[in-house]
Amino acid sequence: MVDLTRKFDVLVIGGGNAALCAAISARRAGASVLVLEGAPKFYRGGNTRHTRNMRCAHDAATDILTGPYSEQEFWEDLKLVTGGQTDEELARLMIRESKDILDWIVEQGVRWQPSLGGTLSLGRTNSFFLGGGRAMLNALYLTAEQLGVEILYDAEVLDLQIDNGMFLSADLKRGDRREDVTALTLVAAAGGFEANIEWLKEYWGEAADNFLIRGTPYNRGSILKMLLNKGVQEVGDPTQCHAVAIDARAPKFDGGIITRHDSVVFGIVVNKHAMRFYDEGEDIWPKRYAIWGRLVAAQPDQIAYIIFDASSRNSFMPTLFPPIEAGSIAELAAKFELDPAALEKTIADFNAAVKPGTFDHTILDDCRTEGLVPPKSHWARRIETPPYYAYPVRPGITFTYLGTRVNRQARMVMKDGRPAANMFAAGEIMAGNVLGKGYAAGIGMTIGSVFGRIAGREAAQHARN
Amino acid sequence: MHGTRILEEADRLMTVCNSCRYCEGLCAVFPAMEMRRSFSDGDLNYLANLCHACGACYTDCQFSPPHEFDVNVPKTFAIARAESYAVYAWPQAFSGVFARNGLAVSLIAALSVAAFIFGFAAFNDRQVLFGIHTGTGAFYQLMPHKPMVVLFGAAFLYAMLALAMGVRAFWRDIGEPSGMLADRGSLWQAMKDAGRLRYLDGGGAGCINEDERPSDLRKIYHHFTFYGFLLCFASTVVATLYHYLFAREAPYPWWDLPVVLGTLGGIGLLIGPAGLLAERWKRDPALVDQARTGMDVAFILMLFLTSLTGIALLLWRDTAAMGPLLALHLGVVFSLFITMPYGKFVHGIYRYAALVRYARERRMVGHGAQE
Repeated sequence: MVDLTRKFDVLVIGGGNAALCAAISARRAGASVLVLEGAPKFYRGGNTRHTRNMRCAHDAATDILTGPYSEQEFWEDLKLVTGGQTDEELARLMIRESKDILDWIVEQGVRWQPSLGGTLSLGRTNSFFLGGGRAMLNALYLTAEQLGVEILYDAEVLDLQIDNGMFLSADLKRGDRREDVTALTLVAAAGGFEANIEWLKEYWGEAADNFLIRGTPYNRGSILKMLLNKGVQEVGDPTQCHAVAIDARAPKFDGGIITRHDSVVFGIVVNKHAMRFYDEGEDIWPKRYAIWGRLVAAQPDQIAYIIFDASSRNSFMPTLFPPIEAGSIAELAAKFELDPAALEKTIADFNAAVKPGTFDHTILDDCRTEGLVPPKSHWARRIETPPYYAYPVRPGITFTYLGTRVNRQARMVMKDGRPAANMFAAGEIMAGNVLGKGYAAGIGMTIGSVFGRIAGREAAQHARN
Repeated sequence: MHGTRILEEADRLMTVCNSCRYCEGLCAVFPAMEMRRSFSDGDLNYLANLCHACGACYTDCQFSPPHEFDVNVPKTFAIARAESYAVYAWPQAFSGVFARNGLAVSLIAALSVAAFIFGFAAFNDRQVLFGIHTGTGAFYQLMPHKPMVVLFGAAFLYAMLALAMGVRAFWRDIGEPSGMLADRGSLWQAMKDAGRLRYLDGGGAGCINEDERPSDLRKIYHHFTFYGFLLCFASTVVATLYHYLFAREAPYPWWDLPVVLGTLGGIGLLIGPAGLLAERWKRDPALVDQARTGMDVAFILMLFLTSLTGIALLLWRDTAAMGPLLALHLGVVFSLFITMPYGKFVHGIYRYAALVRYARERRMVGHGAQE
């Protein structure tokens, strides 16, 4: 039993990578730590459950990384994906500390493995967790428990008492009981609001009803909202989120990685009017993977269909849901209640525009369309070999970018620009400081571990003084 | 469509896992899965027998129960594996022994022991059975050497034949050409993988047993059991050579090779099975094919009893208890032999064959699993 009448040095709200790194680093610095995870034990860890790897800079190849990835290269990549919308000081700090995290995280019991199959060619830049994100979480929880970090599950925080940038206490609900939890410092690591459809609707309107949420239903952003309502400065574009096209047959929540589709570049994508709407071959798939959620979200009824033929059937990773199969384009259209004539015309127009070339999906090949709007710039091959296939896809929201502004100590910054007295933030709840938009694989975990460790360390130091 | 419901479920899981692949560093099963896009009955039986039941993928899986995807690979494969044993059993008339294995093995063991006791009593008078026999050939005063060799030789050869026929059925089911069993590189690789229990460690972290804390205990206890068994077997082989090549008859002095090997092996066969049983007892029921608890426990107990009775015989062979103890020991060993092809023992045989195939597949796709 956890004694909630005592005053903890550090209260961590959240239960994912960032929360656990903060808890462990605070505990190792000598602080007493309480972790409040809102989810039940099985669903602990929020989006970390579904992660697989982390992007860390390193100067040389290792057992698990195929080559060096310098700080400068990491910075260039980050600048590119965010279009410069990043806090350079914080980003460079994160990249520098990420080097050390590679070893630090292993000291916390997490195991790496070399990247093997199905990993979007990240073997040089990203380190993979043996067994995936839940294995990583299990290791962090074990370490935290062994160190004496107190952990409560199903621990929902209903309110925070904050006075002029000073955290006083949290109003905790567990079952029918309400308790007041006090601590000298707060680390908020409770994620974004991607599972809060009502909140998403503020920016997306009714379209948000058709979004599928890739993580657990517990990422409701309630802590983020409380903090913003109590004077913490916000950062990041509230309409920005990491969204990919996932199978429309996926569950509303927590379908995770296995509902994704990597087949866009092999075919064409049409909306409910059987019209194409974006260049499917714009760039290599790992670089375009994360734009298709937003593209589909902008289509009527937020639905689209990836269409390909027998020649591509085995060209990509097997999928959880099998593609819908038909002997003719018209039959395929009928299975999705698309207008058969419209789909036949779209495909005929596409086929007519395809120029001869040498197909190679690993490079920007010369298979392209001519005179078609929108074009397919690479990997364009006629869709003409039955059977024909289609995957229905919807926007799958991974996480949101709106967050709390922090400084180099991971300390929250108030609306007036002053640093908060005793409040820190780590992980997705402050990812918007580094990620103004865009995404590069594994950066979410880097933000979580780096700023989690900093937040825990700083909170512990603050509590001791 | 698959032949059984459990294979349907195994197919569903492999489809889920093949679109995730987070577990590919844990063991051989997932890399083998990745070499396929669809799964025949034989493929699934191969993967099920390749699985060492370390449990890591269950604890690491974001989709394990209570998640709606309900992914439980260790348990599903445990059931599929056990069902495959019955399918491959030779002769098929005995495949039912797998269904009520604990009961069957206990009955056969009890009957064997009783048969030896009655046999000794029938062929000898009471003075011989409860007499004190020492020195060379003491055991053979109770049961002459020749009948003993004929009886145990026959039981052993029968077990070998039945096991070989089972492997043949497995090999056909998974669709491998028969010539493959002569592929020395794969055989050797599989021997190293089996000898180290390379895939019983969750990719390095350890096995999952009662909770999410990984541990190496099952691996260690299995090593005690397996190598204990091998040492006991070696002891028997050495003793046979002594008898026929050097005309040296049992019992042997405590310092002689058969006794030293047998004692060391016997100690392993006490510690190993006792530990495995304790771990089995604690194991999270979610990971276990509970319908086959009897089969698992029966085999572990038979190994334990083989050792216990053997050591008891060694300790009290100079007393009047020798006769009954010899009957007990021979009864247990005899029943161990004849039940071998129809119980948990076969797991090692099929898993080894699966490892041979895995080694070959790895070579064929170009990244050797050697080290």
